[in-house]
Amino acid sequence: MLATDQLIFFDDVSKFYGEILGVNRVNLQIAPGITSLVGPNGAGKSTLMNLMTGLLRPTRGSISVLGTPTDQPEELFGKVGYCTQFDSFPRGVTGREFLTSFLLVDGFDRKRADELCDTALAHVNLTEAADRKVAAYSKGMRQRIRLAQAIAHEPTVLILDEPLNGLDPMVRAETIALFRKFAAQGLHIIISSHILHEVDMMSDRVILINNGYIVAEGNIHGVRDEMEEHPMQILIRCDNPSKLASLVFDQDHVVEARLHEDRKGLFIRTRDADRFYLLLNRVVADGEINVESIAPVDDDLSAVYQYLIGSAGVSS
Amino acid sequence: MSAAVEAIPRRSVKPNPALWFRQIRAIFWLEIRKNFLGRRAILIYLLALLPLLPLSLVAIVTPPGNEWKNFQQYSVIYAFFYTGLIMQTVVFFGCAWIFMNLFRGELVDRSLHYYFLSSVRREVLVVGKYISGLATSIVLFTATTVISMLLLYLPHFYSQSIRFFTEGPGLSQLLTYASITILACVGYGAFFMVVGLFVRNPIIPALLLYGWEWLNFLLPPLLKKISVVHYLKSLMPIPLPEGPFAVVAEPTPAWLAIPGLILVTIIVLVISGYRIRRMEIRYGSD
Repeated sequence: MLATDQLIFFDDVSKFYGEILGVNRVNLQIAPGITSLVGPNGAGKSTLMNLMTGLLRPTRGSISVLGTPTDQPEELFGKVGYCTQFDSFPRGVTGREFLTSFLLVDGFDRKRADELCDTALAHVNLTEAADRKVAAYSKGMRQRIRLAQAIAHEPTVLILDEPLNGLDPMVRAETIALFRKFAAQGLHIIISSHILHEVDMMSDRVILINNGYIVAEGNIHGVRDEMEEHPMQILIRCDNPSKLASLVFDQDHVVEARLHEDRKGLFIRTRDADRFYLLLNRVVADGEINVESIAPVDDDLSAVYQYLIGSAGVSS
Repeated sequence: MSAAVEAIPRRSVKPNPALWFRQIRAIFWLEIRKNFLGRRAILIYLLALLPLLPLSLVAIVTPPGNEWKNFQQYSVIYAFFYTGLIMQTVVFFGCAWIFMNLFRGELVDRSLHYYFLSSVRREVLVVGKYISGLATSIVLFTATTVISMLLLYLPHFYSQSIRFFTEGPGLSQLLTYASITILACVGYGAFFMVVGLFVRNPIIPALLLYGWEWLNFLLPPLLKKISVVHYLKSLMPIPLPEGPFAVVAEPTPAWLAIPGLILVTIIVLVISGYRIRRMEIRYGSD
């Protein structure tokens, strides 16, 4: 059992902008690790993040982050770092001034603020550009300095709104590795992203959101298993796909068996993947066919997203 | 995420004045660097220099008129000059610019969230920003007040002016005008900061207040007291006639005017603190 001081906790939270719905009746308990918020533009991802950090106040319900209500910034932001999507900065500051100024506002003394600033700059590979004006930074550098600002005070919860936007592939990979490292240290990392394969690759769990409602949440395979209305697709590469088709076709949980175009594989759609795998084990054990590989075709985030939300606004 | 949870405990954060002081200092220097040492501050410096321009001309060419030849009249001339141009125009619009931009400017620049994402009480942020605005306005406009007075007196009646400031009532008057300027910054500053927090387009309330302050002499005595300028004029070392249409009212004594202005300022700051505590970051709608 996890206590509230180990969770990000949404209790029946709704947010309305006048009559416009932001998010509605959100109940979430987010544990440590990497959690991704996925949904099309305007789904409510940023609203959820802004609510989590007190930039927005819920119309109804309550939110706490590791036991701290979001209306207590003095305590909350000792624990939380938030990299927003707002691509704007205080006027006239250099990267280093930007970081140290807000570390001093946090209450750190000058020496500690300088140390934390150097560490954060090193994490995002901006040490060399630290003394240049932020206004002269490229988009990727601005994204990285915002990330540095979010991690500089060594928070235990990192909330990152589209943190990979504008980063080149090399830096993207490094940044994802950094997130993984933080998650391995027990941090809560909440990420919103449009890039499904990256989310799939790095997340411990996902929260799918659409039109202000949480559509699904949890481990992606667990979410997929619960979608009974969409039978699981499995591709079996084997030496005799026609025979395999005849063996499985009369099973009540198998909805479809279709030969692959190259006739060296068989697509199966089944309502019960576990029973299908047991059957396949038996067939292989009887020596009737030789199986080369078995791969679920739609057991990833892209497929789950397609089934639950559709294709609007995301790239896979 | 399906783990069972305990009820949310409500915690109270212990006051930490030493931390608040450090944070106010950090906010102060950040604001000074951002707002008052950058290129955007040029306008406010030009505004502060504005009264020196006519006085510099007058220093070179003495205007016609007997009052300019009579040293005794200079106190009255300066009183008019100070009230009309410095207090009710330069300090007023200078404070409007400085204090409204403390929050409104950050909303326009979309950078206020960085403060809101720091582990600082929002009330501490209000105090830090207000003090930075106050320091800037006081330094600029007190300097304007002092230099203006010296620039009026010294070029025309140098030896008499030196005696006026060293042996006569000159220094006392100078300090009184400087104090009025400081009080004006305190009062107008608080008003404009709270306006910047509540109103999307603060120019309109600023102009309304400007009109209200200028028409103060026409208002009945009770309404006169709902203004900043009434209390400031009550402190003037040289009382000025307000014209034939003025509604005469007793000036508020200094022992009431000064604490009164400061009290109103504190109330306005408390309202600002309450407002900012509930404020959301929604740049799109700001």
